Amino acid sequence: MLAPINIPLESLNVMTLAPMLIPIIGALLILVLAVAKSGLHKSLYVVISLLFLGMDFFALLNSAGLFSENGTILGMFDVMLIDGLAILAQFIVVGASMLFIPLALTNKRFHEFSYPEFFALFLFMIAGFQFMVATDNMILVFVGLETSSLALYTLIAMHNRDKSFEAAIKYFTMGALAAGFFSFGAMILYALTGSIEINKIAMVLSANGYADMPYVLVGIAFLLAALAFKLSLVPFHTWAPDVYEGASAAMAGYMSIVPKIAGFVVAMRFFEFLVHSHVVWLQMVLYAFVVLTMTASNMWALVQTDVKRMLAYSSISHAGFVMAAVLIGTTQANSALFFYWILFSFTNLGAFSMLWISRQKDLIDGQVSDHSYDKFAGMIKTAPVAAASMGLFMLSLAGVPPFALFWGKLYMISSAVSSGYTVLALIMALNSAIAGYYYLKLIVYMFMKEPIVGANGEIYVANATLALRTIIGIAAMGTLFAFIIINPLLEFITSFVYNSGY
Amino acid sequence: MLDHILSVLIFFPALAAVFGFMIQKESMRAYGIVVSLIEFALSLVLWYAFDNNVAGMQFMENIPLMPAFGINYTLGVDGISVFIVILSAFFTFLGIASLTDTPKIKYMIITLLFLQMTMAGVFAALDAIVFYTFWELSLVPMLYIIGAWGGPLRIYASVKFFLYTFAGSLVMLVGMLFMAYFYHEASGVWSFALLDWYRLVLPENLQLWLFAAFFMGFAIKVPMFPFHTWLPYAHGQAPTIGSVILAAILLKMGTYAFVRFSLPLFPDAAAFFMMPIAILAIIMVIYTAMVAYAQKDMKQVVAYSSISHMGIIILGTFALNVEGISGSIFLMLGHGVVAGALFMLVGVIYDRRHTKLMSEFGGLAHVMPRYATVFGIMMMASVGLPLTINFVGEFLSLLGFYQQSHILTLLAGTGIIVGAIYMLAAYKKAFFGEVTNEANKNLPDINKKELFGLIPLVIVAIWLGVYPKPVLGPIDNSVKALVQLMHDKSTTTLAKERIPDLTAPKMMRAVKTTTEEVN
Repeated sequence: MLAPINIPLESLNVMTLAPMLIPIIGALLILVLAVAKSGLHKSLYVVISLLFLGMDFFALLNSAGLFSENGTILGMFDVMLIDGLAILAQFIVVGASMLFIPLALTNKRFHEFSYPEFFALFLFMIAGFQFMVATDNMILVFVGLETSSLALYTLIAMHNRDKSFEAAIKYFTMGALAAGFFSFGAMILYALTGSIEINKIAMVLSANGYADMPYVLVGIAFLLAALAFKLSLVPFHTWAPDVYEGASAAMAGYMSIVPKIAGFVVAMRFFEFLVHSHVVWLQMVLYAFVVLTMTASNMWALVQTDVKRMLAYSSISHAGFVMAAVLIGTTQANSALFFYWILFSFTNLGAFSMLWISRQKDLIDGQVSDHSYDKFAGMIKTAPVAAASMGLFMLSLAGVPPFALFWGKLYMISSAVSSGYTVLALIMALNSAIAGYYYLKLIVYMFMKEPIVGANGEIYVANATLALRTIIGIAAMGTLFAFIIINPLLEFITSFVYNSGY
Repeated sequence: MLDHILSVLIFFPALAAVFGFMIQKESMRAYGIVVSLIEFALSLVLWYAFDNNVAGMQFMENIPLMPAFGINYTLGVDGISVFIVILSAFFTFLGIASLTDTPKIKYMIITLLFLQMTMAGVFAALDAIVFYTFWELSLVPMLYIIGAWGGPLRIYASVKFFLYTFAGSLVMLVGMLFMAYFYHEASGVWSFALLDWYRLVLPENLQLWLFAAFFMGFAIKVPMFPFHTWLPYAHGQAPTIGSVILAAILLKMGTYAFVRFSLPLFPDAAAFFMMPIAILAIIMVIYTAMVAYAQKDMKQVVAYSSISHMGIIILGTFALNVEGISGSIFLMLGHGVVAGALFMLVGVIYDRRHTKLMSEFGGLAHVMPRYATVFGIMMMASVGLPLTINFVGEFLSLLGFYQQSHILTLLAGTGIIVGAIYMLAAYKKAFFGEVTNEANKNLPDINKKELFGLIPLVIVAIWLGVYPKPVLGPIDNSVKALVQLMHDKSTTTLAKERIPDLTAPKMMRAVKTTTEEVN
């Protein structure tokens, strides 16, 4: 007879689950509410989501405090791994979600927000991302990835336009392929090392001196492809522009930030030890990914006629830029990744929100697509404040100092410089110069051309409510006055990244 | 207040610009004049309080921005930068005061005040990142001035201007990051402070690469041949005020940065690249002078002559001795005054006839005598007539370079002669002879508003031409310290040879003995 298994509850460290459980409880509550009384207004669900996200944020602050006192926390049979990376990534996930969810409070009615399920799915998705970053167990990564992705596909489709369905199906198909790749890669590594935990895989591999290199490389190749799909690195990016175009602008902005930071953390956990073990093939492939993603998507962005598609390609380019951190792999580079992404989330969410408040139900005469450049022509004359904030976000994205993203670029290029990647640093700088052109193009349209459509400026702020204005205001303030907060922010990030051993 | 006068000089116009949004349209002009006058007065206070005998930095301020990464908000001026700061405030004031009827004048004035902030910032910054911030930020108001008030090709011109400079400065940014990294390697702490970097001695091959990276940023801004192609477009399309500020101050950022960064940070590389850069500068002088001769548009003549003069400034800077560098800094001021005035003068005639083609004019001296007089004085100053401001700078620059190479100096001298030819030819075409065009018969002479902008420039051009000492003295002091620093820092024999050692007893003795022998 087997001895009864006795596990003390304390050793489980259930508190490590708290940040993920809060949004799950919130989502269940929303579902229950919806069953109990139908027809409740979206503002209720928005506020409930905000409340739970606020609690989530608070729980994260608590974990952050514990981490800075005691270092990395393990829990639930060592499946949960609460280290600095996990905490930072969750801060970005929850923070960006808190900025995103009030965007549902639009002036016009949109299909998706009339369903309470939208908000439930949204919170489930956040929990998925949080699981994904807070573990080094490949199975839990996979579960988190799939939970969040499936929820995300549905959220996109709920926008209820032909293009949204197309986007959701496209994303779903590509995502399914990526999931297959991921499980296959994980399977190979499990077969080689007998473990599904990344730190144990690393230990076994370095203990036997990478004896089965060909198999390791096959495993890496599959995992790399899977993550490249998620991070939309060229040439696995083909879904991204269409999906961004099909999703609502707010959702597109959200997708350019949150799923990617989760992907970056997984990539960092997985590739970092390989880069440091001098797996030359991986270094070369990562180098190629970084350069190709930055440069090619910049080129494509140059020729777009729709601002949203331009921003989609520019987001891909930014992802490539940041991917350089995984290649470089120093503490400075990894800190730069989080630093960049926090600043990027303010700016990019602001830019996409500007598109969101100008979302129309029908196109006006002379307008080619939802957010064509022509639509923004002469905006300074008809809607000066909106034009000025959009101009601010564009300058920040282009990396003009002293706006937010400049500091991120500065620190990222500096990390390339200090680890000897001179050519990469130059390529990064020149890509910023190329990117300058398409951001400038929008500024030129807004500030220097005569208005073509929407002579009264009403269409640029058609969707604006107090909530949306507040979000844009927060984004604009964060972009404009970034130079005040960069120092404490960077110190915080660096200490967290350093203490997690990255 | 004197402790923070530089910050006040930088942020007062920006604050005033923000408040400017509240001012009613018709009163904006008066507001702009008052604000820029206060700014100019503040800059004069700076001059008054400036100690002429100190060679080092004065009015230093330091606020940590990102101390862990070595970025601090550090400001300070010495003899090299103080006068350019004053000049920028001066031109902002004159520019706003003499602003003719402009559509959307309110936004023009707000933009100009923002531009003044960035200009003061660039010349007062002593931290590379703060410098870079203002350097890049200065592009935005200028982009708007050209793009919103420019000619028919304004969008092309403004985008070209922005992208050219932006691309160059990003390469420079990489250079700055390398500099900070090498400082970190050498001392263990990150620093972007210029005065820290001055103490860093780098091996020659690193100096060459870093010099090249910084060169990309500065050369495009100057603009040096062959990176000059954006400038004629920018000048051609910009409104008068845009051209004035661009020629008088913004281009000086490039030449100033050579003196502030390239020379003291990389003395060996500067000595190594002296000849190639001098040759580029001479091509720039002669080629653009010839191009200017072929222009039909009056503004393009001034634009190309402006590039040509920038060549002399570069030549003086890379003479690497006290005469050359002092002369080039003085010429920056002189060229600022003269080119600014010439663009204003072209603007005067453009306002009346809405054309700048020289073939449209002729005999203007009969119709507009005062205009012809002012134009004549400024043209003489531009060609470097003795007793005008440009003569001092050109003479010293060439004198400095004469010690490095006789032949190249001679070539540059011919460039100046070509300059005299095209300016005089242009003047003849436009001002002398009979009035052939009916439209020119009844042109009004310059009015009070325009005179108000031009007379101070004429006074400065002649005053500093006759008596340059109050300005040249402080410049000379700081430049001597700079040259000594370069000499001490240099490691190669070539650099030791080309950069004079000011502490050593000079060649004077040899000269003396020869004169004694003669006696």
